[in-house]
Amino acid sequence: MSIYHPYTMFPLGDSALTIDFGNSIDDQTNQKVLQLYHQIKDAHIPYLTDLVPAYSSLTVYYDVISVYSTEHSAFEAISELIENITEEKPKPVDGTKRLIDIPVCYEIKYALDIYEIARQKNLSVEEIIAIHTSKTYRVYMLGFIPGFSYMGLVDEQIEVPRKTEPRPNVEAGSVGIAGRQTGIYPLNSPGGWQIIGKTPLRLFNKDLAQPVLFEPGDEVKFYSITEDEFEDFKKRNS
Amino acid sequence: MKILRSGILDTIQDSGRCGSQHLGINPSGAMDCFSSQLSNAVLGKELKSPVIEFHFPSSQILFEKENIICICGADFLPTINNQPVPLHHPIVVNKNSILKFSKLQSGARCYLSLLNEINIEKWNNSYSTNLKANAGGFKGRPLLTNDVIGCKENFGVSNILKNRDLVVLPWKAQDTVDTRNEIEFIIGSEWHWLTKDARESFSEHWFQITNEADRMGYRLAGQKLFANTEEQLVSSAVSFGTIQLLPKGQLIILMADHQTTGGYPRIAHIISAHLPILAQKKPNDVVRFKLTSLEEAQKKLVNQKKYLNQLQIACKFRLEELLHAAL
Repeated sequence: MSIYHPYTMFPLGDSALTIDFGNSIDDQTNQKVLQLYHQIKDAHIPYLTDLVPAYSSLTVYYDVISVYSTEHSAFEAISELIENITEEKPKPVDGTKRLIDIPVCYEIKYALDIYEIARQKNLSVEEIIAIHTSKTYRVYMLGFIPGFSYMGLVDEQIEVPRKTEPRPNVEAGSVGIAGRQTGIYPLNSPGGWQIIGKTPLRLFNKDLAQPVLFEPGDEVKFYSITEDEFEDFKKRNS
Repeated sequence: MKILRSGILDTIQDSGRCGSQHLGINPSGAMDCFSSQLSNAVLGKELKSPVIEFHFPSSQILFEKENIICICGADFLPTINNQPVPLHHPIVVNKNSILKFSKLQSGARCYLSLLNEINIEKWNNSYSTNLKANAGGFKGRPLLTNDVIGCKENFGVSNILKNRDLVVLPWKAQDTVDTRNEIEFIIGSEWHWLTKDARESFSEHWFQITNEADRMGYRLAGQKLFANTEEQLVSSAVSFGTIQLLPKGQLIILMADHQTTGGYPRIAHIISAHLPILAQKKPNDVVRFKLTSLEEAQKKLVNQKKYLNQLQIACKFRLEELLHAAL
């Protein structure tokens, strides 16, 4: 029995297949997802066009034309391929994770929802900042828009649902909370997460060979900076 | 090539950007991939070559140099120097010709391929414009008035023109996008979250495309569908053609500029071979969904691709013949 069991596989339309490890947000499941992601990626299979790891699933997009034959459907061929890969002994993973420190200015100017959360949760703004900066978070996945990182889990004390009415425009760099997830908007975008601060770092830069700062599996720690420090960062990075 | 007057949303696209979805970078690409590839095939070009995707009202384009072009997809009644020109044919245009689109006759998106191809750099393996990331295509944005877009100059065509303004070459694509309203789907992983009634309603009722229909997705109006579970999904990958069930019982079909991941139940997926039909629908058009199997869906996609490949080879041969004869 491989380390990956149990899992299920289902078609995501006629050109992709999802390997699902159970509908959950936890480090152990996500670790499996990323391990399989790297294992398949390292196999360099030319007809797999995209691999998308998520919280507890991995989706494999394939080129139907290259795989199709009259004897078996392309889906069958790909699921067999995946099963074989999951039976292989996975390579030992490099235990050194990247730890990325992210400066965040939690001043009211940027922390649009922090007072409301403080009121709801019966905490002071300082307590929210202390709680949010106290943990090391895992980047479970990237998705939604280019470079958007889904991280967690935030402490239950600051767990808040999404806003009922999403904002039509959340500014790039805004740091938000949704349930026990935390994340950063890399681009200006509509968004429903509760905004508690803003980072001066650029998380998406199309001109770089690696346009996105984070990778799934990274560890992230936030630290609080003042408005002046925020402006300094901006200047130094422009 | 110069944009004399910009349209509402005209972008450079190809068959989409693979290999970046794990970074949240959505694939983009032509909405009607069949028509975009068809326009390339008629000119004997690689199917994934860059094209311009037009919405209506469309840009007016000045060809500063001679070229051979092909227009496929929606019929916006194209004219060159005010003379109507047909879709699906290769057309030789002289320098200083002006392409205009006069009226939305049918469909929603129209594609222009050029033999002397648009000269732009790829971004992350693709020519497609990613409007979210402001990257790819021409400066990562829709075409604007006075944009000048360079074209390669691999083929001289003045000997075919012989001082004429334009020549419509005799061959054309036979199979073009059909306009049927019945679009086939395969079931999604949360199909069984729908109540039995909802599952039946889904394939019996007509759904109308609302005004919220763009390159990202089409919201549908019609029979509300209900789930028989309160279960919530954590985010995972979605695809071009995925039909999601929204919390109030409405449906949205994800299109070419869809986000890479989502958390709404995926009740069904439009088959890839029928996405071009859907891409030519507009707000207020109605559609009905018909169940098919994964095997059948893949067979249709393979047949479509076979047709395009054969057409591309045949047209390449005819064009080479013509270019040589004209020397």
